[in-house]
Amino acid sequence: MNHSRRKAIKTGGGLLAMLFAAGILKPGDALAQADAFSMKTLAEAMRAIGAQNPAASDAIIIKAPAIAENGAVVPVAVESKLPGTESITLMVEKNPTPLVASFGIPAGTTGSVSTRVKMGQTSDVYALVKADGKFYMAKKEIKITLGGCGG
Amino acid sequence: MADPMRIRATARDGAVNVKVLMSHEMETGQRKDSSGKLIPAHYIRSVSATHQGKTVLTAQWGPAVSKNPYLEFDFKGGQKGEKVVVTWEDNKGDKRTDEGVIN
Repeated sequence: MNHSRRKAIKTGGGLLAMLFAAGILKPGDALAQADAFSMKTLAEAMRAIGAQNPAASDAIIIKAPAIAENGAVVPVAVESKLPGTESITLMVEKNPTPLVASFGIPAGTTGSVSTRVKMGQTSDVYALVKADGKFYMAKKEIKITLGGCGG
Repeated sequence: MADPMRIRATARDGAVNVKVLMSHEMETGQRKDSSGKLIPAHYIRSVSATHQGKTVLTAQWGPAVSKNPYLEFDFKGGQKGEKVVVTWEDNKGDKRTDEGVIN
């Protein structure tokens, strides 16, 4: 880590604080939005959302096909039975940028979301759940017979 | 302006199940057109859903969410006849808001 990077992080933080103050961004939105989506590896993306070494949990269930024919449209549902679920984040390890989507779960909303994602190739799909301030994860491999990211 | 979302909100067992189908290209920025030029990324970046003024879901998306995104979630406490309002904004600043009546 060098000085210019530290400085950049510092001023970046200041800018975020200003945006929070102005009510443009809500805390929690900002981290993922800032640059986590541009991270190229799973580890970097996890770090960018603040989820370092999340504990594996059986209380997170990923519902998705074991084999998806079309990588452009892979249905994925995540259900978290962890009490105090605050957010659910989906990552596809072997996509060019692993972070796919992050959902904020306010109190009163059930800890389950379904969506459809693109997958470039067969990969592990990670569901990261933040509950009571801590991150937990589950993963599932989905085999792709036709990629969804190429041209 | 993008096409309207399709929103279906169904009350059952004290909770409301919300299904949303949005109309959007969700271009990744990694594909090339026939002349070999990169097609610029164009995708929905943020989504929020509210019920009676209270936020019931927020989402931040990258370009790896599929074209014409689908989203399903459940929240507690909605009544039939009330509305669920969903808004998205894409990386070019386009926005769209639609609402669905709970039934």
